[in-house]
Amino acid sequence: MRQFLARRAVASLVSLAFLVIAVFFLSRLTGDPTDLYLPVDASLEAREQFRQLHGLNDPLIVQFWHYLKDLAVLDFGESIRRARPALDVVLEAFQWTLALALSTMALVTVSAIVMGALAAFHVGGVFDRIATFFSLIGASAPDFWIAIVAIVVFSVQLGWLPTSGTGTPLHWVLPIAVLFIRPFGLILQVVRGSMITALGSAYVKTARAKGVAARPIIFVHALRNAMLPVITVIGDQLAGMLNGVVIVETVFGFPGIGKLMIDSILQRDFSVILASIIVTAMAIFIMNLLIDMAYAVLDPRIRY
Amino acid sequence: MADHLLEVRNLSVTFHTARGPVHAVRDVNWHLDRGEVLAILGESGSGKSVSASAIMDLIDCPPGEITSGRILFDGRDLLTMSREERRHINGKRIAMIFQDPLSHLNPVYTVGWQIEETMVIHGTSRQEARQTTVDLLRKVGIPDPEASVHKYPHQFSGGQRQRLMIAMALALRPDVLIADEPTTALDVTVQAQILALLEELQRETGMGLLIITHDLGVVAEVADRVVVMNAGEIVEAGEASEVYHNPKHPYTRKLIAAAPGQGEMSSGVEEGAPLLSLRNVSKRYGTFEALKGVSFDLMPGETVAVVGESGSGKSTTAKVLLRLEEASGGSAIYKGRDLFTLSPRELYEMRRDIQMVFQDPTQSLNPRMSVYALISEAWVIHPGIVERSRWRARVAELLEQVGLLPEHMYRYPHQFSGGQRQRIAIARALALEPQIIVCDEAVSALDVSIQAQVIALLDRLQDELGISFIFIAHDLPVVRDFADRVIVMQGGRIVEQGDVRQIFEAPREPYTQALLAASLDPDPEIQAERRARRLEAAE
Amino acid sequence: MVQTTPLREARSKGRLATTWSLLCADKFALAAAIILTIVVLCAVFGPMFLGEQASHQNLRGRNAPPFDLAKGWLYVLGGDQLGRPLLARIVVAAQNTMAIATGAVLASMTIGGTLGLIAGNSRGRAGQIIPRLADVIMSFPSLLLAVIVLYMLEPSVKNIIIVLAITRIPVYLRTTRAEILEIRERMFVQAAKVMGASEFRIVFRHMLPVILPTLITIATLDFAFVMLAESSLSFLGIGIQPPEITWGLMVSQGRPYLTTAWWLSFWPGLAIILATLSLNLLSNWMRVALDPQQRWRLEIGGRKNG
Repeated sequence: MRQFLARRAVASLVSLAFLVIAVFFLSRLTGDPTDLYLPVDASLEAREQFRQLHGLNDPLIVQFWHYLKDLAVLDFGESIRRARPALDVVLEAFQWTLALALSTMALVTVSAIVMGALAAFHVGGVFDRIATFFSLIGASAPDFWIAIVAIVVFSVQLGWLPTSGTGTPLHWVLPIAVLFIRPFGLILQVVRGSMITALGSAYVKTARAKGVAARPIIFVHALRNAMLPVITVIGDQLAGMLNGVVIVETVFGFPGIGKLMIDSILQRDFSVILASIIVTAMAIFIMNLLIDMAYAVLDPRIRY
Repeated sequence: MADHLLEVRNLSVTFHTARGPVHAVRDVNWHLDRGEVLAILGESGSGKSVSASAIMDLIDCPPGEITSGRILFDGRDLLTMSREERRHINGKRIAMIFQDPLSHLNPVYTVGWQIEETMVIHGTSRQEARQTTVDLLRKVGIPDPEASVHKYPHQFSGGQRQRLMIAMALALRPDVLIADEPTTALDVTVQAQILALLEELQRETGMGLLIITHDLGVVAEVADRVVVMNAGEIVEAGEASEVYHNPKHPYTRKLIAAAPGQGEMSSGVEEGAPLLSLRNVSKRYGTFEALKGVSFDLMPGETVAVVGESGSGKSTTAKVLLRLEEASGGSAIYKGRDLFTLSPRELYEMRRDIQMVFQDPTQSLNPRMSVYALISEAWVIHPGIVERSRWRARVAELLEQVGLLPEHMYRYPHQFSGGQRQRIAIARALALEPQIIVCDEAVSALDVSIQAQVIALLDRLQDELGISFIFIAHDLPVVRDFADRVIVMQGGRIVEQGDVRQIFEAPREPYTQALLAASLDPDPEIQAERRARRLEAAE
Repeated sequence: MVQTTPLREARSKGRLATTWSLLCADKFALAAAIILTIVVLCAVFGPMFLGEQASHQNLRGRNAPPFDLAKGWLYVLGGDQLGRPLLARIVVAAQNTMAIATGAVLASMTIGGTLGLIAGNSRGRAGQIIPRLADVIMSFPSLLLAVIVLYMLEPSVKNIIIVLAITRIPVYLRTTRAEILEIRERMFVQAAKVMGASEFRIVFRHMLPVILPTLITIATLDFAFVMLAESSLSFLGIGIQPPEITWGLMVSQGRPYLTTAWWLSFWPGLAIILATLSLNLLSNWMRVALDPQQRWRLEIGGRKNG
């Protein structure tokens, strides 16, 4: 177990290192922040002073060295744009994304498992048709379009829900609903396929021969076996969301990490970009560990 | 007339498939009494398991449909009962065990939990169930039962898993136990133990035992009466020894005649210079030694059978010889060259001379190639054997040689039956005009009657073409009629080798003797004798 | 009776006819194929015939409502904020939309598939390093990569193709590698090896035909995914820049007028949905039609059976 943890940590650190190096240098290739933050007619001295202040005068490799040195003592640098520690800016945005992602995925997981299990029990039945329909919609619908159509219908025409912000629980309804569609369709499909395999398996036959009733067969005997591939997909989807849900954040004015990342690139706010990458990577690493633990809990044949 | 414990009357079951309705069983009648062992004997597709599925309510409707008949259990018709009522009979009064116990046990729950579940759903308290489970495990011969209840199915061996299934089935002392091919996936020595356990438990509890099998030997070993099925119908029924000695129906006669191990044994080929010599061949996977110093010779035109149970190293021998795996040591001299040290170029030349026929033709034939493409591929790889203009004619010739029709060359593998596919695989091996053909369990996946035909085909090819065979099998009787020499392997080592007569009539090593004793004879009388001797030895 | 027609000819003729009859057996797939054919025709010939109308500004037609034929049939879906006919613009935008998706899918499938083949067949270092490459790409938030690259380089059709292709390579790489690892152990590959078939022959004659249907099915699905990704980029304003157009950009351009002229965003969005839905339906059909063991489901015709 400890060995497994160490191996996972090293692999993730290597990936993260690649990512940080790539983003550090690539982002600096997009240009000099000075042009963005000082007026066009700013004096040379003012420009020089700005560069000095943000350490932009050193050669790139020296800047990188300074960055690593600061990182070693958990100093993520300062946001040029907001004049606050980059980490604070990032964590503030990340908590919104985390809350949005977790609540959406919790809803998705529960509804997809129940719906998928029912669809698998009667292949070709009513539930199965509804499930197929949702899967198709999930894979085909452009979320930005769904989002703006939803705003037109529910906020503008009907006036039921607010258009943007995070103030009240009502503000969360539309973002979660839009975010829900795609992973729901996908996970539903995986649950259905996996459950069909499990229900057709030999051990379910044994259970029937033992006289086990239908409900425990679905939810005790088959479901636990069918969960492994489902958990993998849930993990992938959640990882995607933790990297930011830019479309939903943009359309609904949701102050999340995805929008922050895009904005900081456009604003050449380098420390914020790097801090967001490191924070999301850590979150995804922890989530993957939880997923691995879930595997081991569900299937006794898996041991690390 | 409810005097039988379980009686199936005029049962017909149809499966509605996309290719139209399939009549799985038609008008089937049989009965089982308390304290009796009935065997249903049939080959694949005979519908032998269908009535058992109907009894256990395992037929899904759709696609299955019970079109007529009654199943009387204790005088009540199961088919008119509600789902709920039948659920109370399943597992409590009628229990069932299956082939391949690994996939029939739920992998994510402990075996203790699974056995307890049977009792708990039928009203036993968890506490009592737990106590009974330990006793049951002890009774079916699971070592350290107290610890074993907390283990998972994958932590047991194949034979132990079948014992666990039996424990689960017998938890509530059912009146009827249905065993569907209970020993088919097991090694012969383990098969003998499981059958002995079933017999013992049956005598002890007085239940009715229904065994579904394709193996005449299993019938001979355990059954009082037998029902023979073919293509969904019962062709013959009666006392086991009566059916064996005086079969009435042509199908039964054919089946009995096809049982391996009854023909004339070979008296061997002339001694001379060996075609192929293996010396001290070894193979290691990490620290595990799969082969430990294997040496034998193959004469021109000779058939050497390599026999052993799972893990004996017999298939590894084939793989190493064909360079599908690299040997860790030793040599294989063919035409003065060591096969293990050939350069890629020489290896390519050698491929022409040594060919292989695999166990499962469904997997060894590329599903996306036509028969013509499959066979002629040999000449694409080795140009110069047959001129391109003659390919079509030569494929036709080869197909006829293995007993197929020339027009079959336009079809694809999935359009053939298992036996026909194996013939295609043999034709493909012959296309290269090889000196040696290695058959790795080439007939194990086939029905008995098909098995006999394929072996006859190989025999004929050997006479016509003078090919040498290395014939790998797990079952001794299969090789008796075909092999010139037999090599018995165990744990990666050759235990005994000798002429086929010597091995079958005067085996020297205890392991060979045990293998022979464990393999079942289709004659119920011989089997009864052996059983008596075994019981004597046990006391 | 020996057939006289040469084998190959008979088979290739048969294959087209079979595909057609298999397509007709599934009404949804047939409809999807028709829609996609129309989209492809629009993409190829649209700019040639309607290119001028699509960029012609007409101040009287600003935000013209749909279903009004007074201004001519091109305004049947209404006019945009500069009075350009929406129908013509959607037809013309099909070209960029399809070109980007096609380019990205072909590039990622070829590169990813090849890398997967190499990784799956190599027991050496390549077999270990290549899958790591996929991991690294996967760990990179794809939108972030797109923004950085497109901010540095200009957001042209070519660069968007490159960005999208890179993010989709791991899908093909992983699938191909996993399939190869499984197929490598199959008996028919071993049988070919025993016959003396070269590594090249085994890969291209025995392995590739088995995994190709899977790859094509995934590619069809991925085509829809890439279309959506491109639309998202354009919607966020970091994809294609005006005066070039794609469907995603049209949705984005209509967004400020949502409350007054919903059709500006609605129609291009609908075009995206129709195309992606068709691709998904077609991919479902392929999964069955390309598998000889499943094909009978279509061959028996419309009869539905559990």
